[in-house]
Amino acid sequence: MVEPLLSTQGLQKRFGGLLATDNVSIEVRPGEIHALIGPNGAGKTTLVGQLTGTLAPDSGTIHFAGRDVTRLPTHARVRLGLARSFQITSVLREFTALDNVALAVQAHQGHSFRFLADARTDERLRAPARQGLETVGLGARADALASALSHGEQRQLEIAMALAGDPRLLLLDEPMAGMGAEESQRMVALLRGLKGRRAMLLIEHDMDAVFALADRITVLVYGRAIASGTPDEIRAHPEVRRAYLGDEAA
Amino acid sequence: MMASLRTPRGLLTVLLLVLFAVLPLLTQAFDQRYLLSIGTRVVIWSIAAVSLNMILGYGGLVSFGHAAFFGIGGYAVGILSASGVASGWVQWPVAIAAAAVWAALIGALSLRTRGVYFLMITLAFAQLVYYVAAGLEVYGGDDGLNIGRSRFPGLINLADKASFYWLCLALLVATLWFCDRFACSRFGFVLRGARSNEQRMTALGFPVFQYRLVAMIISGAFGGLSGALLANEGAYVSPAMMSWVKSGDLIVMVVLGGMGTLLGPLYGAIAFFVLEESLKPLMDLAHKGWGEYWQIVFGPMLVLVALYAKGGIDSLLGRRHG
Amino acid sequence: MDTLLIQMLNGVQLGLLMFLLAAGLTLTFGIMDLVNLAHGSLYMMGAYLAWTFIGWTDSFVLGVLLALPATFVLGIVVEAVVVRRLYARDHLDQVLATFGLILFFNELVRAVWGPAGKSIAVPPFLSHTVEILPGVPYSAYRFALIVVGTLVAILLAWLVARTRMGMLIRAGASNRRMIAALGVNIELLFSLVFGLGAVFAGLAGMMAAPIGSVKIGMGDDILILAFVIIVIGGIGSIKGAFIAAMLVGQIDIFGRSYLPDLLKTFLSPATASSAAPAISQMLVYLVMAGVLVWRPTGLFGQRT
Repeated sequence: MVEPLLSTQGLQKRFGGLLATDNVSIEVRPGEIHALIGPNGAGKTTLVGQLTGTLAPDSGTIHFAGRDVTRLPTHARVRLGLARSFQITSVLREFTALDNVALAVQAHQGHSFRFLADARTDERLRAPARQGLETVGLGARADALASALSHGEQRQLEIAMALAGDPRLLLLDEPMAGMGAEESQRMVALLRGLKGRRAMLLIEHDMDAVFALADRITVLVYGRAIASGTPDEIRAHPEVRRAYLGDEAA
Repeated sequence: MMASLRTPRGLLTVLLLVLFAVLPLLTQAFDQRYLLSIGTRVVIWSIAAVSLNMILGYGGLVSFGHAAFFGIGGYAVGILSASGVASGWVQWPVAIAAAAVWAALIGALSLRTRGVYFLMITLAFAQLVYYVAAGLEVYGGDDGLNIGRSRFPGLINLADKASFYWLCLALLVATLWFCDRFACSRFGFVLRGARSNEQRMTALGFPVFQYRLVAMIISGAFGGLSGALLANEGAYVSPAMMSWVKSGDLIVMVVLGGMGTLLGPLYGAIAFFVLEESLKPLMDLAHKGWGEYWQIVFGPMLVLVALYAKGGIDSLLGRRHG
Repeated sequence: MDTLLIQMLNGVQLGLLMFLLAAGLTLTFGIMDLVNLAHGSLYMMGAYLAWTFIGWTDSFVLGVLLALPATFVLGIVVEAVVVRRLYARDHLDQVLATFGLILFFNELVRAVWGPAGKSIAVPPFLSHTVEILPGVPYSAYRFALIVVGTLVAILLAWLVARTRMGMLIRAGASNRRMIAALGVNIELLFSLVFGLGAVFAGLAGMMAAPIGSVKIGMGDDILILAFVIIVIGGIGSIKGAFIAAMLVGQIDIFGRSYLPDLLKTFLSPATASSAAPAISQMLVYLVMAGVLVWRPTGLFGQRT
């Protein structure tokens, strides 16, 4: 049995009367793609918030890479190798694509309290950044402003930024959201290319993408993890069919 | 900085440099001492505006308390001078350090907050310094304090107007040089990135708070320097140096000139003084005695700048390269 | 004990005045997300208008009654001409434009009313003292201020808590997008709120005038105190503004009246009397710093 890379134990978060995260225990193993699915309002965003450190759980613990990170601030978790993309595209719009990735690279090269050397000509930032853009297929758009990129390209840019620090776990919050069929396929291909080299926690509504990519799937309904298993097990799971896939089929 | 004569920006930069460099010669040739004193103040205010631009322009933090650094730098010089420490080698580092410490203190408190809160808190703390200075009866209270100029024996005599002007100009050039490097450094990128998208920068692993705090300290240190210079300019310090209107004036200069651009604050400071000095005679020309009320015109001009002139003077000079 | 009671009442009176100023400001911050530095100018204009109208009518009450609608109209005009264009702008534009307004109004007052300060006399029917407790006299005018201030505070509380406009204001302060979605005439609501804020600010200026003086820039210093109050109370919260104003009123008065004696117990009298004003001014800001450490969005502010 492999030690899980990310695990939660009995995570709970309450907003007033609403139990948004109800005793959730999940595991992501090294190298696997673990998908988190669930209908709207299932508490996926709340869970992501707790995993990344923007929300504090009421009780329960989060372990990442063998450490208890439950009380660690976001930037410290990133340092340990937990990178994320956002549900709503979040890039630095006034910077070029290359600058965006270079900043992500910079975040992982120790502190940035350097005031005089020009970062725009620093090959220790620029070279890996260019390579990162190539990896996600944006090599030709390096000098375009992020705000000038198409939606799909901005999504790719986010992946490049998340990959820049050579993270151990990629937390992808609906990477396919708002994409056309063709863009989605390109993203699936991109993620499949990374499979095995990075662990990923994939939050996604696009079921085709989920079943094409995931090694294991956890289903969240009303804040509870009602099932967890391989794609085949999840397809066959009666409670999942009723609570989730049933809705989709109908 | 590559000043090409072919672009309006390059041409203006070179013209300004030449004009600034020879100003004392001109004022002497035409016997206009008054203009040299204005020129000195423009240069000192430019240093302060450039320092404010570091947090306001590059950091996106609307600080309304920058005049406090004027005051702290000025009073550091004034109090040391009144206590018999006349050496500028002591006074100026103390002025800079005191302003930096104050920046660290208010930064640690105000950066916990956002937006309007940040603005009001920086304003309130600057007002606190103002009241403290006004309450220092030993050092003149409300009336302020006449001081001896800082001494740099064997090096420079600050009482000589032209020498002092050139020293200020050299310090302005040094400040601009630093700001130019700073903006494109790793640190500058983090600071500007946090202005553009703070959440993103945090998710990338940058402790944004720490970077902003250091930016405030640097900005405050340069502000303290400008305060030390201002105290020497008039050989006088008073609470009025740090009235909240001065903080507003500095913001006006930065925005008027062009936020987050290297030379914008400089253009803004020049435009501010030129407007002040030209509105008065112009209004007097329209009707004798109106010149006294030049701010009746200047105030609405600011409203128009805020509403319609985003980007400031710098943006009128065409797109920047790089 | 008597002086203590009187000082407490003075603190209440100062707190109520500042509440009137802060209430309008916190609403414009909260609902319109507007940084209005020129709110203090409305305070000043209220006082100057009252001075003029009192001169015309030769009656304090009539003058104030005329000055109030005049301030309201002024507020509506300022909103329509300048402020309305600022709602969608970032804070920096708002700061710049309203800073321009301050310069304009300060200079306008200097041009119209002259550089010298004006004084408004305490109206004769209030220029005596009342016995608040047997043997404890208190200025009738200050007492009237407390009464009027309290009534206006109650009126405001009723307006915000019980009326449809108040409901919209509360909804707007906590979620600006929501009122837009309700299909309310936002422009009208914003105009009214701004005009109302102007009236309260003007009223505070008029009422403060007989105690202090009517002078250029009188609104600017007290505006910064109003900011402090809003920071302590939390943006958009009327209740927070009230509690913070009361707190600041007490701290200010007590700092001024008791700190010198307190300091004399361990400092030389000369040092104590010169340090006390500075320290008492600092007290308010230190309280603000403390609140910020404890709750960065103020006592009753929206948590983010």
